[in-house]
Amino acid sequence: MQYIPNILFAILLIVGAGFFIKNIKKIIRNIKLGKSIDRTDNKSERWRNMINIALGQSKMVRRPVAGILHIIVYVGFIIINIEVIEIILDGLLGTHRLFAPLGGFYSFLIGSFEILAFLVLVSVTIFWIRRMVVRIPRFWNKEMKGFPKNDALYILYFEMILMSLFLLMNAFDINLQNLESPHYIKAGAFPISQFIAPLFAGIAEGSLIIFERTAWWIHIIGIFIFLNYLYYSKHLHILLAFPNTFYANLELKGKFKNNSTVTEEVKLMLDPDADPYAMPEENPDAEIEKFGASDVADLNWVQLMNAYTCTECGRCTSVCPANLTGKELSPRNIMMKTRDRLEEVGKNIDKNGEFKDDNKQLLNDYITPEELWACTTCNACVEECPINIDPLSIIMDMRQFLVMEQSAAPQELNMMMTNIENNGAPWQYNQMDRLNWKDEE
Amino acid sequence: MIVPTMAEMMAQGKQPEILFWVGAAGSYDDRAKKITRAFVKILHAAKVDFAVLGTEETSTGDVAKRAGNEMLFQMQAMMNIEVLNSYEIKTIVTADPHSFNTLKNEYPELGGNYKVYHHTQYISKLIKEGRLTLSSKKLNNKNVTFHDPCYLGRANGEFESPRDIIKKLGTKYTEMKRSKSTALCCGAGGAQMFKDAEKGNKEINVLRTEDAIEVNPEIIATACPYCNTMMTDGVKVKEKEKTIQVLDIAELIANANEL
Repeated sequence: MQYIPNILFAILLIVGAGFFIKNIKKIIRNIKLGKSIDRTDNKSERWRNMINIALGQSKMVRRPVAGILHIIVYVGFIIINIEVIEIILDGLLGTHRLFAPLGGFYSFLIGSFEILAFLVLVSVTIFWIRRMVVRIPRFWNKEMKGFPKNDALYILYFEMILMSLFLLMNAFDINLQNLESPHYIKAGAFPISQFIAPLFAGIAEGSLIIFERTAWWIHIIGIFIFLNYLYYSKHLHILLAFPNTFYANLELKGKFKNNSTVTEEVKLMLDPDADPYAMPEENPDAEIEKFGASDVADLNWVQLMNAYTCTECGRCTSVCPANLTGKELSPRNIMMKTRDRLEEVGKNIDKNGEFKDDNKQLLNDYITPEELWACTTCNACVEECPINIDPLSIIMDMRQFLVMEQSAAPQELNMMMTNIENNGAPWQYNQMDRLNWKDEE
Repeated sequence: MIVPTMAEMMAQGKQPEILFWVGAAGSYDDRAKKITRAFVKILHAAKVDFAVLGTEETSTGDVAKRAGNEMLFQMQAMMNIEVLNSYEIKTIVTADPHSFNTLKNEYPELGGNYKVYHHTQYISKLIKEGRLTLSSKKLNNKNVTFHDPCYLGRANGEFESPRDIIKKLGTKYTEMKRSKSTALCCGAGGAQMFKDAEKGNKEINVLRTEDAIEVNPEIIATACPYCNTMMTDGVKVKEKEKTIQVLDIAELIANANEL
């Protein structure tokens, strides 16, 4: 009988971790639906970016208030996880405060966890106030309705509850330690929960044990639920920020990628020795390369990882000139729609074993041409993203599809392009007048 | 004004120090042509041995690429590269950040490798080398602010050259709230120059002009012909054309040095 809690805990651990791993595998599979792109060059710069931007949060503090609060929550999250190791071992072994023999150092650890937990609680509360009371505009854009809005709130509530339970658990523990209850050894320092403990003084030992155990169990179950909620939420950045910054584009922002399929064709067209009637070499396996992107599988895997990494903070949208002037385009929404479509494709594969045509695609069903044509390619969104997500590259790939596969550019742009073809300038001027400016004054 | 072409240079067996890439706006747009001429005056003043392609120049294809037409872009690029390489061009200077970006970043993969300068970078170089001295008398204490072109600033990380020049002209320089890497686009990039904006509640150039008006400038300095058009229009919409001038940095110098 006495091992029942241990066994229950082991089952909880296996189910919690197993389910999480299963979903992570699904995400990896979905990301791999993207086209290959080589981002393994310049390893040292990539590591440096990951350390500075993901680990060091260097881009977060461009907005100091949110940045510093975020660092507190982030540091708290990582460090308090050390305590979770003890909790898991205690749960499996039936021990209590397994690391207590560390003595003074243990007190230091627990004391730091408590202070961090408190700071996290305060920060998360401020986050909630910024969202719900101050109503910072980027949290209230059009795309932040329904689940995206609630999702963000659930995450905040989760963190509030977990931190409160941690402190509450310790407050009960203090009382039990004071009563010299067996099993509750004297250990730890409690800079925060010592102020909560007096509230429970005078409660009978038996009840205290029940309360302490309840808080302990809900806390650890909560952690497992949180872990598994990640997959369904926008909160995957806590894991994906690291690969995302590692594999991010290292080129200058102005350098848009070269489409090498087009290069081959253009070379052939401009080659005076090419035989215009030559048939292309027969290769039955060769798939006809599609220009640009109309669905998620046309994007590369880094772009798809970007979509899963986005945590919908909206900094990109808050600096987008198109969005600031009331246009449909929101770079955050480009990422959200890409992720939603990718999820839909993933579920389709789960159901059918392989992707079965659902008569839908990213273009039109999710992202409209109106959004794509509103972009000024100014790179403000790319610059602003705290973890180097690149919404612009998706916009450009989709524009390429619209123009090169569907000839569906806005009429004025078609005229501009015809002018370039005919007279080498976007306007209808005579090529021979190109140097007239030198004699005008 | 005296503007030699590469063809003329070649006929005389000469190779100029730089090729001045004028760009479509600089060649045809009435407002931008003034910028082109101002920059040529600076080149003459600094005794730079330069040439242009003249009627052999054609669109870099940049705007076609941003519009999604990779085919047209690459055709333009390869035709230009053939001309540039046949003249054995090594160094290109342009007053258009879009041409600058494409020539510098997107031509190498297609076989065009040149040292490319934006005119503000090249002017800074001329000043450093002692070939050009800026007069600080005429613009002394004028309130000036600078609007960063996206394709010079964020896209290529060049924020300082234009600012250095403006400050060396003796002006009273004020930075806009959104500047350098956080600068707001003028609204012309990504082929927007050539189409109407999508439905919204404001024009981007008006929003950016409001950023500028906030710091009470007498002059909004620009470094891109398209930005110049957008800001000039924005100033008109805000009915400030009597008090605020929109001038390219090349024009500021030409004015200050009375070229």
